[in-house]
Amino acid sequence: MGTISEKIFSRAAGTEARANDFVLADIDYAMAHDGTSILTVNAFKEMEMKKVWDPSRIIIPFDHIAPANSETSATLQKEIREWVKEQGIPNFYEMGEGICHQVLPENGFALPGKLVVGADSHSCTYGAFGAFATGVGATDMAEIFATGKLWFKVPESFRFIVEGRLEEKVYAKDLTLYLIGKTGIDGATYKAVEFYGPAISELSVSGRMTLCNMAIEMGAKTGIVPPDKQTFDFLNNRAAAPYEPVYADQDAAYSKELTYSAGDIEPQVACPHQVDNVKPVGEVEGIHVDQVFIGTCTNGRLEDLGVAAAILKGKKVAVRTIVIPASRTTLLAAIENGTMETLLKAGVTLATPGCGPCLGAHQGVLGEGEVCISTANRNFKGRMGKGGFIYLASPATAAASALSGEITDPRTV
Amino acid sequence: METPIIGRVWKFGNDIDTDVIIPGKYLRTKDMQVFAAHAMEGIDPEFAEKVKPGDIIVAGSNFGCGSSREQAPLALKHAGIACVVAKSFARIFFRNAINVGLPLMEADVECQEGDEIRVDLLKGEVIVPGKGTFRGNKLPDFLLQILADGGLVAHRKKIQDEQKE
Repeated sequence: MGTISEKIFSRAAGTEARANDFVLADIDYAMAHDGTSILTVNAFKEMEMKKVWDPSRIIIPFDHIAPANSETSATLQKEIREWVKEQGIPNFYEMGEGICHQVLPENGFALPGKLVVGADSHSCTYGAFGAFATGVGATDMAEIFATGKLWFKVPESFRFIVEGRLEEKVYAKDLTLYLIGKTGIDGATYKAVEFYGPAISELSVSGRMTLCNMAIEMGAKTGIVPPDKQTFDFLNNRAAAPYEPVYADQDAAYSKELTYSAGDIEPQVACPHQVDNVKPVGEVEGIHVDQVFIGTCTNGRLEDLGVAAAILKGKKVAVRTIVIPASRTTLLAAIENGTMETLLKAGVTLATPGCGPCLGAHQGVLGEGEVCISTANRNFKGRMGKGGFIYLASPATAAASALSGEITDPRTV
Repeated sequence: METPIIGRVWKFGNDIDTDVIIPGKYLRTKDMQVFAAHAMEGIDPEFAEKVKPGDIIVAGSNFGCGSSREQAPLALKHAGIACVVAKSFARIFFRNAINVGLPLMEADVECQEGDEIRVDLLKGEVIVPGKGTFRGNKLPDFLLQILADGGLVAHRKKIQDEQKE
């Protein structure tokens, strides 16, 4: 009689957990990246703790400002590296290995039924594998490093069912933006959203990651896709530990149940400066763009780069276009299958696997008044640089826009 | 933890996100004064200069949405904000604020910028002179305790010390 979240928390807290209960839960995996581990390590030291609870369950990827772009960030990163070494944390991923939300799944830490917590709001990405995964801040993460436990309020759950199938050149990102537009930026605050229906089952693992990655953009604590054969195939020879898939019971209680039709969805664009300001691409076509950015934990995977390459093949971009693969593995695969050659010949600029300009702290930020169409997950005012305007879209819409220098419907190229 | 908290109001609307509370480019430091100097810069570049110690933010729904960056409540706290009252909070900001010892309360409060209001965390209410008393959601006792201890770091240290004795 439980939702996926209630069942995972019941196991992790060792007590029958129902929505709205407060529980103290055991964490399976804990992640902090270079951006958040600075304050996490600080808080851990201030707590006067000597050793972390379990080094093997802690994962530290460097992705936000990687490679370091200033003496200050280099020095802070040096401190973290030293601390990681001192604590004997084996799962440290250096700059260039990729974005945390790509690195954890690739290395088998995003597993069905597990409770995974990251010091990053997009940690909900791992829900794509049937985990309960959510983001916390630095001090909460220090508490986990110290004790292996954290308090939670077990969330109520929404059940979103997406019937039918996505049309040609309509992608997981379009579905995701559409659902955020319908739900609103705080429509699912504190809730877990479980995704069901044929359109969800048909999504690739990569597409499910795009969907769950942005659950936070409707305020949700997490988004979860029940694991299936695709999930298990992906995890085969990859899972970092044995796992037990968790599914909702027949009589699980949902505070909201909504059904959508995938066939109704056109390519979508989230307009400045709020992620739920979503419009069909037709309504924003022709808006001039100064920069195109294809990458991030939302859409920097091989499938995404492939979609962009198919559109850019044999052509030249009309505006500066930055491509950042989500990980070293993604970059290598894109080199091996020719995607990277196609993209580079089309004139894109390649940067180190990592977060890039997404949060305005690394290469590729915008100038005052500039417009970027980006495959990222946030378009808040000033995020990619003061005075910038960010439109969020799929890699297909971004690539089509790169060719024309204005927002373009990918179905027309 | 001082309660009730009495202070002058700064008003903000709905969906105040972490990118406007503290833009990403200021995160590459541990210096709290840097966070404080740029608090709310994305929405009001002069805020950090205008705000006085003990002031209170009153906002609409979904305050602190976006990133998990703890620098957001830290920026407000070190800029002098004594408490944030909002119709609702984004969940990570809510946790982070308590963890860094920045008091907050969920309440739908009618007031003007500059009003001097009284926030009683223990009673879960806000008093606005001339407008009345507004009921808010009282924090669970264990969170009030973390705030009373000055945040999660101090709370954890206290527990460690008690275990040693």
